[in-house]
Amino acid sequence: MQTSLQITLKRLSRRNEPYVFIVLLGLCLLIEIRSGQFFSPNNLVDISSALIVPGLFAIGAFLVLISGGIDVSFPALASLSAYSTTKFLIMINYNGGIWAAILIALFIGAILGAFNGLFIGYFNLPALIVTLGSSSVFKGIMQGALNSKQLTTIPVGMVEYGKSSLFIAKNSVSGLTSRMPVSFLAFLLVLALTFFILRYTMFGRGIYCIGGSESSAIRAGVRVKRTKFIMYIIVGMIASLAGIIRTSMMQQFHPTNMLGMELNIIAGIVLGGTLLTGGRGTLFGAILGTLLIVIVENSLILIGVPTSFRSVFIGSLIIVGTSVSIYQATKMNRISIKKIIKRRVV
Amino acid sequence: MADSLLKTVDIHKSFVGVQALKGVSLSLNPGEIHCLAGENGSGKSTLIKIISGVYSPSQGHIELNGKEYGKISPIEAIKNGIQVIYQDFSVFPNLTVMENLALNSELADRRHFVNWKRMRKIAEESLAKINFSIDLDADVGSLTVAEKQMIAISRALMFNTRLIIMDEPTTALTRLEVKQLFNIILKLKEQGIAILFVSHKLNEVFEISEYFTILRNGSLVASGETKELDSKKFSFYMTGREFEAKHFIPDQLSKNPIFETKNLNLNNHFQDISFTLNPGEILGITGLLDSGRTDLALSIFGVKPPDSGEIYIKGKPVEIKNIQTAIEHKIGYVPEDRLSEGLFLSQSISDNIIVSEIDKLTVQAGIFDSKKKEDEIKKWVKELSIATPDPNNACQTLSGGNQQRIVLAKWLACNLDILILNGPTVGVDIGSKHDIHQILHNLAAKGLGVIIISDDLPEVLENCSRILVMKSGEIVADLKADTTDETTILSYMM
Repeated sequence: MQTSLQITLKRLSRRNEPYVFIVLLGLCLLIEIRSGQFFSPNNLVDISSALIVPGLFAIGAFLVLISGGIDVSFPALASLSAYSTTKFLIMINYNGGIWAAILIALFIGAILGAFNGLFIGYFNLPALIVTLGSSSVFKGIMQGALNSKQLTTIPVGMVEYGKSSLFIAKNSVSGLTSRMPVSFLAFLLVLALTFFILRYTMFGRGIYCIGGSESSAIRAGVRVKRTKFIMYIIVGMIASLAGIIRTSMMQQFHPTNMLGMELNIIAGIVLGGTLLTGGRGTLFGAILGTLLIVIVENSLILIGVPTSFRSVFIGSLIIVGTSVSIYQATKMNRISIKKIIKRRVV
Repeated sequence: MADSLLKTVDIHKSFVGVQALKGVSLSLNPGEIHCLAGENGSGKSTLIKIISGVYSPSQGHIELNGKEYGKISPIEAIKNGIQVIYQDFSVFPNLTVMENLALNSELADRRHFVNWKRMRKIAEESLAKINFSIDLDADVGSLTVAEKQMIAISRALMFNTRLIIMDEPTTALTRLEVKQLFNIILKLKEQGIAILFVSHKLNEVFEISEYFTILRNGSLVASGETKELDSKKFSFYMTGREFEAKHFIPDQLSKNPIFETKNLNLNNHFQDISFTLNPGEILGITGLLDSGRTDLALSIFGVKPPDSGEIYIKGKPVEIKNIQTAIEHKIGYVPEDRLSEGLFLSQSISDNIIVSEIDKLTVQAGIFDSKKKEDEIKKWVKELSIATPDPNNACQTLSGGNQQRIVLAKWLACNLDILILNGPTVGVDIGSKHDIHQILHNLAAKGLGVIIISDDLPEVLENCSRILVMKSGEIVADLKADTTDETTILSYMM
């Protein structure tokens, strides 16, 4: 008989998260050995701060992947919602705190998310096609109808929020300092809420059910259309929050700044073990994969890799990482087929 | 009858002009095992869907526990104790056994939050109902078909169930697993649960059911007690045709083998395989799933080339390194799983027929000779009587029997000398099965060497002149079909 520890280890070895974790650790150690700067307090804070926006996007995109869909519209959605919120607050000369900005952005995000959810959930159209389309629509509204330009001044509430920090980390060697933005708490809060929803609500389990087998979900009584609709609203709200945080942290709004992030984000989630076919993956893995991408994007410069080579690195990482996860999946398949044959003989 | 559990009265159902059911009435008592049989397209699934509330009848009504319903909603059906176990079992492969067992009742209770402890309790309770034990934390995707089915059954019992409808539950099961399933069905019967067992397999209908109903083209053609039914009547009711069991006897076997193997080896799969095949002969190879029967076929067809040993075709030694050389030597292979290995399901019927002989149908520069192509397609559609209004339709629009004929057509178009068929009639209904056998007999009579690999023993006995039994990668018996029987073959197999 196997001990429970052995069984746990065996289960773990079939998951992707431990491998990503090991790669992540290896990369951190490599950078540390080469530069001696990786584990300095200010670098760690810098990385955490750089994780906030991609991390939020990843949470939303992860939900969609679990449900068996794929969302490529979140950067456009976040841009449109952040731009219209900021522009509106400037127009009414709003001088209050950040809350108004967040609430308006969440509201706009919910509406834009409902647009995706309506077509994907109720009209049962493929998520990739709908979000490719809505991505263009959102961009078009922002650049055409709203005539978006770079906003160099943003409302004072957003400025202050962007500057406020939880603590400041100082590097004793170089004397450089880094601020830990308050938004990191927002990221942690969204992460915790999403974890709770996925693990402890029937709505969250419903998302896993739909990703596993939509027809089974319908027969089991999961309200598939409604679950998808609400999920896309939530995803839209999370993306909008990320948009406002990005704008506040940069102290300005740039219309094309976030566009194009979708592929790296989705790649990070897949690296973390989430299957593109839906139903399988953990939030922890998704964040781990995103963190890996963020570290590669931010810290390669510490070991002397020129920034122009960054995309080569990220690309190779994605290819190697996803190959490993596919290899894992086929290996698992073979094991279960062998098991089946053995059982049939008995 | 006051105590009947379910009655359907004169049910009609039509879909945009197609009459799927024409006045079907049946009645089920508590604890009754009732078999619903019929060929593909006979209206079985439509009837199930009406009983479970997915469709509403265009005419007629349902009586449940003595109460009359013009139509019924899925939730009313569940509340009245009706559960359907579909062929795919409606499980979630990505979730654990525990969640699969507990989710449905949690959903039915309209819970909003998950209590993992309660889920575990529900899961344990439901497994206890059929005395089944399995690791609750295992992924359902990693289980065998039989285990998934047990999960579906125990899950169905969580709703005060009085009637379980099983849609072709034995399709993917081995003999042993079917036996276990039948034991469970009998146990459920003792608890007063009625079973509506949908099947088109003759032996199962006789073994398990007390009553039967047979549908054909949407009408009820026969119903009554199973003990009054015999296999001849059964086939007649199912198809409307009379079949005479015709044993295949090869006439004028030529002496020179068309195909011969000597000491063929493939490590870990089979060893020391020597046999001959004469033109005009149908050779059966049977054995358990792991006996190496499929690997042997794959070796001869070049998918898994043998490690050592010799192959002779028409007396000349040849080497089969890959599928291309096998086809050059005029060997064809119809795989076990025709859907994933033998057909391009979404492509047209005509393209599927000609795919193996594309080279012969082209003129210069690889361009199709469309006249030649049309003729070829017409010829095979006619020869094998493939039932389709238009050969340009996609393959997936056809029934299993017709799909199998296309796989045959594809190979016959290549003018084969040797045809290997692996499980030629798995999932094919009686009428088509008979037709396919007939086609094989005709082919052999024309001088083709045919090898049938199958564990359907009646099929092997009826169609083959000689039978090789494989066990653990070796040939353990070489039997003549007219002097052996099922028990003898089984004793060699086990």
